[in-house]
Amino acid sequence: MFEEILIDNYLLTAFVFVGITVYAAYFLSDKLTGGKFHGSAVAIIFGLIFAYLAGLVTNGEKGVADFAILSGVGLLGGSMLRDFAIVATAYGVKLSDLKASGFAGIFSLFVGVIVSFSLGAIIAISFGYEDPISITTIGAGSVTFVVGPVTGSAIGADSEVIALSIAVGLVKSILVMTVTPVVAKRIGLDNPRSAIVFGGVMGTNSGVAAGLAAVDPKLVPYGAMTATFYTALGCLMVPSILFFLIDVFF
Amino acid sequence: MVIYGIALLGACTLSGLLVGKLLGSLFGIEANVGGIGIAMLLLMYFSNSNSYFKIGDISEKGITFWSLIYIPIIVAMAAKQNVIGALDGGWMAVVAGFFVVAISFLCIPLITNIKKQ
Repeated sequence: MFEEILIDNYLLTAFVFVGITVYAAYFLSDKLTGGKFHGSAVAIIFGLIFAYLAGLVTNGEKGVADFAILSGVGLLGGSMLRDFAIVATAYGVKLSDLKASGFAGIFSLFVGVIVSFSLGAIIAISFGYEDPISITTIGAGSVTFVVGPVTGSAIGADSEVIALSIAVGLVKSILVMTVTPVVAKRIGLDNPRSAIVFGGVMGTNSGVAAGLAAVDPKLVPYGAMTATFYTALGCLMVPSILFFLIDVFF
Repeated sequence: MVIYGIALLGACTLSGLLVGKLLGSLFGIEANVGGIGIAMLLLMYFSNSNSYFKIGDISEKGITFWSLIYIPIIVAMAAKQNVIGALDGGWMAVVAGFFVVAISFLCIPLITNIKKQ
């Protein structure tokens, strides 16, 4: 009977499921790493692990959404609400802030998106991917784990390729979090100007925020500011200009 | 009213997706070309314009709610992927992530010093 209620109210069940997952992730992030390893990254890793385990049990292709009681996760994490929430993150971003960061800030955004995409695409090709849709989606994942799935569903990639693009973005985010404090000195990351460039080149929000927090919490807003434009620029450029370029060559 | 904010967000997202779809068909591909990016620019425009259009404090909550819930939605999205299928390429994810981050770090001092010289 309880199961029936969970299935009938599938979206509410999904809220509870994701809420508990996120809570557990932030709890572990806080207790085990003192928040240095960002809770959002732990939560996404949990999501991928659950999807893997669900795939083993159900032999399906939709992760935990293949369980009837968790079918709401498919709606909550589907493209409609995902696109809606991603667009909402652009709210309150001040264009004047970007202008204030100057040429270096804007330049770093373009370099960040184009360099990350190109490297991701090259590696996808060297691992044997040949169709432009998969190459573009994996390249998009190296921009961020948001741009990957947004691009993948915009151009019609398979779920495996989209999952892979999330994984690439996740590896990037985790490396940025953990490596930044180690190399900060060597790359001159100790002032607002370099923090702005850092946010623009790396772009992964959780990675940039957590990485800078470990170096110097005062630098976080500078890096976070350019990083907020990064996803928008990625969502704009990758499924358009960059996809066309890949499409022309392959 | 909160619904005004949600409606504005919905309208921006739909317009962006529509323009992206039109761009796609213009270039003859079955794809949404930059629709989400266009929608984000639209919303940035509305949140920055003061003269013609002002979003009230309460209407704003309809947008900020969705902005705050974005990570949980990404978690749900991760939980519904075909991860088993992706694991064949697991090494690729690590290699790609590693190279992207390494090269990006190298770019930072180069760009930071551009204007100083």
